Amino acid sequence: MVETTVIIHEQQFQRIKNVLARLCVECAARVVFLVDRDGQPIAFHGDIGDMDTTSFSSLAAGNVAATTSMAKLIGEDVFPAVVHEGERESIFISVIGRSLLVVVFDERSTLGLVKLRTKKASHEVSSIFDDVMRDSHNGRLNENSFFAEITDEDIDSLFS
Amino acid sequence: MTFINYASREINCKIVYYGPGLCGKTTNLQYIYDSTAPQAKGKLISLATETDRTLFFDFMPLELGTVRGFKTRFHLYTVPGQVYYDASRKLILKGVDGVVFVADSQEERMDANIESLYNLEENLQSQGYNLLDLPYVLQLNKRDLPNVIPTDELSAELARKGEPVFEATASQGVGVFDTLKAVAKQVLTELRKG
Repeated sequence: MVETTVIIHEQQFQRIKNVLARLCVECAARVVFLVDRDGQPIAFHGDIGDMDTTSFSSLAAGNVAATTSMAKLIGEDVFPAVVHEGERESIFISVIGRSLLVVVFDERSTLGLVKLRTKKASHEVSSIFDDVMRDSHNGRLNENSFFAEITDEDIDSLFS
Repeated sequence: MTFINYASREINCKIVYYGPGLCGKTTNLQYIYDSTAPQAKGKLISLATETDRTLFFDFMPLELGTVRGFKTRFHLYTVPGQVYYDASRKLILKGVDGVVFVADSQEERMDANIESLYNLEENLQSQGYNLLDLPYVLQLNKRDLPNVIPTDELSAELARKGEPVFEATASQGVGVFDTLKAVAKQVLTELRKG
């Protein structure tokens, strides 16, 4: 395969969760997500209610993919942020390398505050994600990986 | 690109159903959705036009169970088949772990199958993939219709690398899960190889 499998270890996951938790409080958001640009949900913090977070992540990534292509058509490289303003709930998406920081907020917050706080958090997310990608590429974590030990029976059992 | 989270003990993989317009990609997903227990699936999201043609993609997450304590979740996508939606198709192939090519077995759709397969190879290449290296399954759909091309003839024309080939009638569910299992198995086998 072209790209290395992305492996997030517990410590890195906890660092991400801490950043999201702080951001959620700082910008008085309803919920904050970190999503991979290919649509895989990574982590979230806040009130999700009965929201389907997997579908939400996939659509957020599709949304950014479409707007990025639109940007290229008008000579821009990327739109670093995408905003959707609703009557009650709004969404702010910040593009950080190969991940997306998605903030869902309502009238208790403002777009200006969300933008400001997200900018700060995005540097931290970027640094953590750099570590994740470096580790994944180096395959350093494969030492602990037991995926090589998955048997045909393990795979068959999924379909029985 | 497979996503492994050691903290939540999850493996997430992306499978894309590709093929010409009206070949039955969405029908495959719809059948999987209808036949799967509620706890194993998320919503089936369909970004379609007013006439129910896929505009951007269809999407559904599907949990198959656990492998050595890791929850395996497959994200199933379809692409829009119409020729003019090529930009959308390219986007959906990003980060793909496995591809199902759904061919329309009807005689008059042969050219459309070939064109779509060529388009798949081209779009994969533009994303840095090679079809020959990717988990891949060929599904020959609509076998219930009267004007279909014999399977050996169709396979000879469309098969690329000795991939698993399944006859299907997706509207009745025939061959749908066999196809999914075959591609999912290849993806997990690839994961094992590292």
